[in-house]
Amino acid sequence: MTGAPRDPWARLGTWTPARIALGRAGASLPTREVLSFALAHARARDAVHARLDLAALASDLKLLGLTSVEASSMARDRVTYLRRPDLGRQLDHASQDRLTVHRGDGCDLVVLIGDGLSATAVAANAVPLMSALLPLLRKLELKLGAVVIAQNARVALGDAVGVSLGARLVAVLIGERPGLSAADSLSVYLTYAPRAGRTDAERNCISNIRADGLTPEAAAINLSWLISAAMEMKLTGVSLKDRSVAVRATSEHLAGQGK
Amino acid sequence: MAYSQSVGNTRYSFPTLKSLLAKASPPRAGDRLAGVAAATAEENVAAKLALADVPLSRILAEPLIPYEDDAVTRLIIDSHDARAFEQISNMTVGEFREFLLSHDTDAKVLTGLAQAITPEMAAAVCKLMRNQDLILAARKCHVTTAFRNTIGLPGTMAVRLQPNHPTDDVAGIVASIADGLMYGCGDAVIGINPATDQPARIEELLRLLDNFIQRYAIPTQGCVLCHVSTTLDLMAAGIPVDLVFQSIGGTEATNRSFGITLDMLREASDAAQSLKRGTIGQNVMYFETGQGSALSADAHFGIDQQTCEARAYAVARAFDPLLVNSVVGFIGPEYLYDGKEILRAALEDHFCGKLMGLPMGIDVCYTNHAEADQDDMDVVLAALAASGVTYIMGVPGADDVMLGYQSTSFHDAMFVREAFGLGRAPEFEKWLAEMRITDPSGRLLPPAGGHRLIEDAIPVGAP
Repeated sequence: MTGAPRDPWARLGTWTPARIALGRAGASLPTREVLSFALAHARARDAVHARLDLAALASDLKLLGLTSVEASSMARDRVTYLRRPDLGRQLDHASQDRLTVHRGDGCDLVVLIGDGLSATAVAANAVPLMSALLPLLRKLELKLGAVVIAQNARVALGDAVGVSLGARLVAVLIGERPGLSAADSLSVYLTYAPRAGRTDAERNCISNIRADGLTPEAAAINLSWLISAAMEMKLTGVSLKDRSVAVRATSEHLAGQGK
Repeated sequence: MAYSQSVGNTRYSFPTLKSLLAKASPPRAGDRLAGVAAATAEENVAAKLALADVPLSRILAEPLIPYEDDAVTRLIIDSHDARAFEQISNMTVGEFREFLLSHDTDAKVLTGLAQAITPEMAAAVCKLMRNQDLILAARKCHVTTAFRNTIGLPGTMAVRLQPNHPTDDVAGIVASIADGLMYGCGDAVIGINPATDQPARIEELLRLLDNFIQRYAIPTQGCVLCHVSTTLDLMAAGIPVDLVFQSIGGTEATNRSFGITLDMLREASDAAQSLKRGTIGQNVMYFETGQGSALSADAHFGIDQQTCEARAYAVARAFDPLLVNSVVGFIGPEYLYDGKEILRAALEDHFCGKLMGLPMGIDVCYTNHAEADQDDMDVVLAALAASGVTYIMGVPGADDVMLGYQSTSFHDAMFVREAFGLGRAPEFEKWLAEMRITDPSGRLLPPAGGHRLIEDAIPVGAP
């Protein structure tokens, strides 16, 4: 199929993954672009409904020397998860019991890895991020709790996990909702003194973590800076502005941000 | 006060105005999630029947959240125009619907009434209106604002150029800006959602927009959509800020979850005004809203999501904004489940905003976990164009590669202009013709290579 050509400035596409210089048929899109969009949307729809492979994740974490515990939110399946975010923020009773066993004397930092809206993102980026983060955490001399991996998880599930494990700080690694160009973007939400009822303004966020966005290695540097600053200032959220300018694209306060 | 309605042999009771409004609301996921929706279809209509008989004065007398407990309630009551209200104070909600649709009620009447209409009155009448009513009544409201161009004139629709990039890469952002301008978009604002809230990065993006707009003398304004506290710091440091952006909600607690207070918005508005960067107007605020934000922040007090949304417009209008838009399908299927619910909410938000005197745009959008697709958005867009929407978004190919959702594209804006014969902000329209991007009728010229905007957009040293 030949069809309507792209615009003469198509080479500007070198600098952005955005769909620019698409060309046009009258006021409308070329057939090529209508179908390319439809295919990307179909793939994103499929990613939303993918399942996280807990066993594979646990075994990869073990290779990094990390003990992990499986957990589940109160949302039993994907459809319930999508319609009931409240259930995705609560730990089910069995998980609560399981975490209590690991509590001990509490810890400085707990990491929760949850599927969120893209298990694909977690599968691709969670282990590389943890692998880059561990050496940086060692320098901070923090007491790290067990890594929790959870199905059907929302960001605030981290608050419940943090409470169960007696953590001062919780970092939630979670799959972002898939876009058309990227179905594999991971976010990290960092919350000091996690407890039920924390608002988004009390968290710091690093988003767009993936090979073609903010790399897991760069994200690890930002995250360790935020962890260190949060421990020092004893807070997270709007008052904690990320000034680690060595790397780009980090602390985002989603709640006050556009969209 | 309790309300009730008999339908056949069943008597439905609604203990408060809040519950009556919630149960009269057209069905949607968020109200079901909050547990405030009608239990049956019949109860939903019974609530509408009861609501139709409620006097507007009763709505004024029964705040949904006590005055003492909520700054937004205090704002609504303290800013109410009692004199203008006299004209409609004897009407019931049902009569108010017919008044709005009457041929005698024109733009002038509606402009005069805007400050007399509380969010709860707008929300109440909205619940009795069909989609076509929302279209006809909204298109009668004319709201015009200005900064470096005139937005909202009848027969026009503006577009926000949204050139987001996943890592805020400057060359990438410039590429999308050039593309959007070559497609005739960007009169509402060139507005970047940053991937980061780092002040140093925001400053870089603000300087980029300022230089770009000055270089080509574009009659438009720039905005980086970061938190208001960041913008305040940057203004204090002398960084060029055209518009102050903030997401806002309809309760004090929602706004607290966004990390803002009304005082912060006032301080930022005053600071931006004092910069005097507007050339033909001084509307300096840009707000985004969206149904579901109050519930999402657990700050809704049992109020239905459409009424909460209308209350956010009371916050917005206190600051004479240049632009306000609901990001209607962004929040996800737990609030608006599918294309039908998104269409309804888009028309409601546009109508309520306009009725309350706001320059109301809509981000016609959906996410990949909602039951919606491009065909649904085409219908929403066409219905909004018929409603006289002030502006829409322009995202390259409808695909926002930073925020991960689908909005409207530069091509979608062209579709609206073709199908509905709508122009752009006149100053911007003139600039496009001077730049040889459009012909004198406003239609795009055939794409040509070597345009100055394109040549300049290629980074220095690139092959």
